[in-house]
Amino acid sequence: MSDTLFTNARLIDPEQGQEIRGALLVTDGAIAAILPEGDKLPEAAQTIDCGGKVLAPGIIDIGVKIGEPGERHKESFRSAGRAAAAGGVTTMITRADTIPPIDTPETLAFVLERARDQALVRIHPLAALTKGRQGREMTEIGFLLDAGAVGFSDGDAVVTDNKVLARCLSYAGALGALVIGHVQDPGLSDGAAVTNGKFASLRGLPAVSPLAERMGLERDLALVEMTGARYHADQITTAAALGPLERARAAGLDVTAGVSIHHLTLNEFDVGDYRTFFKVKPPLRSEDDRAAVVQAVGDGLIDIICSMHTPQDEESKRLPFEEAASGAVALETLLPAALRLVHAGALDMPALFRALSFNPARRLGLPGGRLGVGAPADLVLFDPDKPFVLDRFRLRSKSRNTPFDGHRMQGRVLGTWVGGKRVFAWGKDDAA
Amino acid sequence: MGFTARHLLGIESLSKDDILTILDLAEHYVTLNRQPNKHANALAGLTQINMFFEASTRTQASFELAGKRLGADVMNMAMQASSIKKGETLIDTALTLNAMHPDLLVVRHPHSGAVRLLADKVNCAVLNAGDGRHEHPTQALLDALTIRRAKGRLQRLSIAICGDIAHSRVARSNILLLGKMENRIRLIGPRTLMPSGIAEFGVEVFDDMREGLKDVDVVMMLRLQRERMDGAFIPSSREYYHRWGLDAEKLALAKPDAIVMHPGPMNRGVEIDGTIADDINRSVIQEQVEMGVAVRMAAMDLLARNLRANAGAGNDGGAWA
Repeated sequence: MSDTLFTNARLIDPEQGQEIRGALLVTDGAIAAILPEGDKLPEAAQTIDCGGKVLAPGIIDIGVKIGEPGERHKESFRSAGRAAAAGGVTTMITRADTIPPIDTPETLAFVLERARDQALVRIHPLAALTKGRQGREMTEIGFLLDAGAVGFSDGDAVVTDNKVLARCLSYAGALGALVIGHVQDPGLSDGAAVTNGKFASLRGLPAVSPLAERMGLERDLALVEMTGARYHADQITTAAALGPLERARAAGLDVTAGVSIHHLTLNEFDVGDYRTFFKVKPPLRSEDDRAAVVQAVGDGLIDIICSMHTPQDEESKRLPFEEAASGAVALETLLPAALRLVHAGALDMPALFRALSFNPARRLGLPGGRLGVGAPADLVLFDPDKPFVLDRFRLRSKSRNTPFDGHRMQGRVLGTWVGGKRVFAWGKDDAA
Repeated sequence: MGFTARHLLGIESLSKDDILTILDLAEHYVTLNRQPNKHANALAGLTQINMFFEASTRTQASFELAGKRLGADVMNMAMQASSIKKGETLIDTALTLNAMHPDLLVVRHPHSGAVRLLADKVNCAVLNAGDGRHEHPTQALLDALTIRRAKGRLQRLSIAICGDIAHSRVARSNILLLGKMENRIRLIGPRTLMPSGIAEFGVEVFDDMREGLKDVDVVMMLRLQRERMDGAFIPSSREYYHRWGLDAEKLALAKPDAIVMHPGPMNRGVEIDGTIADDINRSVIQEQVEMGVAVRMAAMDLLARNLRANAGAGNDGGAWA
């Protein structure tokens, strides 16, 4: 395989927390050298002039929903792969809440086969924690690990029986498997479409207290303390949950936390007049909560930013708000939306890619997520300042349920590489 | 003429002038409705379809009568029994109806926001006859007209709204309307039946009904749904009646000339004592029903005028809202 030299780039190194100007050499699909500005450039078969734009480790997105098996009309490995490549996502960590759920090594093998044949980017699947995501019996965690599962999660189906969850955590912990929990108390959250408060009451929508998240998290943290499991909270979206999270960290529990891009960039008022594309799970929060969670990402208390990509067809969204499906697509909008945090001064570029790439890789034990010699050449090149207005009908996802339709955004992906191979180039199949 | 909206979906988007315009025209229809010949022709030639996705006798009858008195062709569709059961979506239902060229669509739906969703897809004027827990604008307007006629004004009054505020679209629309008209609003009820964020509504909240009723001009009672009575939100209907039911003793704390209102249908002995409901010196509950027809005539008349005014411009229905 030939060499590729990326010259004249702003290189983002989230591992060292720094940004340097220079060049990057890729050999045989891996990063072979980092060359700060002024160093002598080696010969290479191919040279790509980055034009002073940003070159960063590709995004590793935990919790992508793909409609295979069961709902391929909403999203396939092919369409999700194209969307991911266009969004600078080089690794998708796919969810197990498919139809049927991915709860046996056999269904996992099907997913991996489809992924290998169809998807442009890397895929590592999550598997269900309990059979059928029913919260009663644990799945074959060992076999699923051997088959390639990188984590175990029932998605938004919370295991309500504490004894069942304790045993799952205990068993998974002994095998070193990561368990991902959805930390919304299911009783309080049942039927809720928005977060409670004046807005919810004015709209007359069923609502849930933001404290339901703290309750769900504290329950899980107690069980983690009991069992010593490796645990990741899928989405922390409220200020009230940050205290317990911080205390668990300080106590030395093996706990990390994520947050979806929507909870970092939107708030409850964006629902407006019952706009169902803004219906997500958990529901969008108050502006105070949003700001607190952004701060927590900056402080490193929340480790990971994800898209929580959830494709839904038009029919499941064109319904009264309470009846409409939850979720939003975000593979293609994750980076430009996240750049709002950089443009607003809440995060610097290395901190952003720590949350988008480095931390997810480290948590899942994957080799990517960094710009270091020997790391796979999973890269995204983007212009962080390029403005555009998002048109949802140009999205590559099969489903177009984005809350950012018509929004002004800043940040355009110019190219994406997986293992040194180019999987996306801006302009190839895009109009301006 | 102040009121130029295409639909009547809620009180939230109405101005003070809009509200007064509707009430003033309604007064005219009150007079008409008390005459032997009750016919007017404001809606002559127009088609009105009442779509009730939730069972209703009183509101539907009121809208039907209002339309007929104004000369419209009125059709009732009992939606809870028809296509929804066959899996048709709300949007499909809307498009089907739209193809029949109705001029006025009166819609009630169990989900908040559903009437707006439907209004976005049709070319005619839409009246919200109640959507989930969101709004019930004609109820608030008829309540306002009743209050204005009984009290001689619609401002600087102290008004208590009592009972299940959380699940009540009537309460929401009334809070919005009476607030816009600059009245003092008190909400009284058990905490389990108060909506979240209520402190930010610019109202006073009382747990104790006796305290809350002190010196009010208007006592507005709300219906307590049967399914919320037994243990789910309150322990029992008899405990509820003891604490939050309106009886003579509690009413005595209000102003001597305070009026009693109820949107109906009443649960006598649950939220209101039967003798108070029937007391012609205090209760305006029957008057509310009468005002209902007049207010709905006024609202439909105004929407039809707006419809005609905009039809001349070769409008396709999408351009103005």
